Amino acid sequence: MSAPTTGQRAATLRHRSTARRKTVDKAVRVFAWTGASLGIAVMIFVVWQVVVRGIAAWDIAFFTQPTPQDVTSTAGGFANAIVGTLVITGVAALMAIPTGFLGGIYLAEFGRNGKLATAIRMIANVVMGVPSIIVGVFAFAIIVQPLQHYSGFAGSVALAFIMLPVMARTTEDILNLVPNELRESGLAIGAPRWKVTLGVICRAARGGLITGASLAVVRVAGETAPLLFTALSSPYWMTGLFGPGGFFGGPVANLTKTIYDFSASPYPHWQDLAWGGALLIIVVVLGMNILMRLLFQRGKEW
Amino acid sequence: MTAGAGQGAKAPLDAARPRGGTARLRLGDPIFRILATVCGLTVAVAMVGLAIVLIIRSWPSIEALGTDVLTTVAWSPVNGQYGVLAALVGTVLSTLIAMVIAVPLALLIALLLVELVHPAAARVIGTGIEMLAAIPSIVYGMVGIFVVVPFVQDVFVPWVLSTPLGSIPGLAPGPRFQGGGVSIFTAGIVLAFMVLPFITAISRDVLGMVPRVTKEAGYGMGSTTWEVMRRISMPYANSGIVGGVFIGFGRALGETMAVAYLIGSLYTDLPHSIFDPGTSIASLIAQQFSEATDKVQVSALIQLGLVLFVITMGFQLLAQLWLRRVKRSTGGRA
Repeated sequence: MSAPTTGQRAATLRHRSTARRKTVDKAVRVFAWTGASLGIAVMIFVVWQVVVRGIAAWDIAFFTQPTPQDVTSTAGGFANAIVGTLVITGVAALMAIPTGFLGGIYLAEFGRNGKLATAIRMIANVVMGVPSIIVGVFAFAIIVQPLQHYSGFAGSVALAFIMLPVMARTTEDILNLVPNELRESGLAIGAPRWKVTLGVICRAARGGLITGASLAVVRVAGETAPLLFTALSSPYWMTGLFGPGGFFGGPVANLTKTIYDFSASPYPHWQDLAWGGALLIIVVVLGMNILMRLLFQRGKEW
Repeated sequence: MTAGAGQGAKAPLDAARPRGGTARLRLGDPIFRILATVCGLTVAVAMVGLAIVLIIRSWPSIEALGTDVLTTVAWSPVNGQYGVLAALVGTVLSTLIAMVIAVPLALLIALLLVELVHPAAARVIGTGIEMLAAIPSIVYGMVGIFVVVPFVQDVFVPWVLSTPLGSIPGLAPGPRFQGGGVSIFTAGIVLAFMVLPFITAISRDVLGMVPRVTKEAGYGMGSTTWEVMRRISMPYANSGIVGGVFIGFGRALGETMAVAYLIGSLYTDLPHSIFDPGTSIASLIAQQFSEATDKVQVSALIQLGLVLFVITMGFQLLAQLWLRRVKRSTGGRA
């Protein structure tokens, strides 16, 4: 009884003067514009800060020298960290992209609306929300603890874990966009299912698939938390596969963890290098995002 | 192809198949199907494996400390205290501050994108906001510590404390006050902009799903844009927006690097004010893990991970179920 009926609400609406309603409307518009400008401004501000502070650190040494060990020198660069990040991310991609791709095919082509597929889809969505630090703890528990040493490989496993559901769900979403007629006509001429899927459907969707895979790779390349206690960090170059300096045998220098350590250090030169590293990451991440949008115009699906 | 044509209509299928390439093709399909299914299952198995490993590895601490972890305030290994409460409070507070800033902002931006600007402009603005999500959290942390912290410490907090607001409990500085720059508040501000794109994207999508005719009916009656938004679009999209807020909440709870930079490292005491330093579960794990040498200590940290995992997973599950229900119900109505 206390709630106003529709008639009463209409009456109150009528009683409000047009001038007041228009003022409220205008105020909301102003707020909306301010909000959107604020959002964009923050993005531009963050990028601008990183560019201004980072560009100063970009010289030949930044890309060719390993990280400095001597706090007083102004030499050194980020080269070992760049190589380490490329290797760690690359190995993660090798593990996660084929698996995620086939998993996506299962969801889109075989499982569809079955119980198993629905469950896997749900789990994949949930995994994408698991904080990346927990994935780091997981990789620590299954690789670092049993082997009793940190390794670049442990970092790769953590990153692959994060990529896997992203890859599977993106692949599925993109394959679902391919019209059913293509599937039907492929099967109608007698081609086997795998040939239709890989040769016709995936081919039709290859733009989206490439976009999805690249963005998944770029996304984990910027992750820090999963590497904190897996790949750790190192002032040296990675030396091959095994042994204390190798990919499987010991800590491997990587961009994000080095940025974290250096930016928290009190030495100005180290902080400069950290900004240089942040700039590199921003350039790659935003560059790839923009490039993929321009190339394939598939931003919405992502 | 040639094999198929050679078969012709006369040859019985079974007789023709075992010869030549077609035999392999028949095997190809089941193999492909099994391979795809196994890969699909990997996603689920990995998740279950993560949960099991977390439980097994936190067992030593559960055994040694019982439920102490959940009831002890401080994290202070020197004193044998392994508690999650201070971190939990810091996590929830910083997340709430982020949501208070991000949710209204996201709704206003979504309104702008759906109702007020030309679709082409909406795409450009939308892309800009989405790019906020692409920036890695370590970059937010760096910009936060070098730019936002000085601003909050030198400008914002002194201003707040000089007004009557400064004596309200929760804003008035506590005994651990360090100037307010490195604080739960600063972490919340930066978090807000990190979750903004997620809430905006979902709100924009659900507001975009409101049927045109319904809105046009509102405009036809002489409603203003805001009235249509408030009384027609929002009620229609409400539950979808709630789902988006859940997703944003879950992300903010688990965010590590930016918070680790900004929230301070007060592990031993509950914060008295949002301008006090604190800690969050994720950043506590990040900062303490490499220093943990003792077996129980490592195990207790993994247990904190388990606690965070359960909380964020609960949120994700809720959000997923909710969004699925919403999808079904609006799908039925549309």
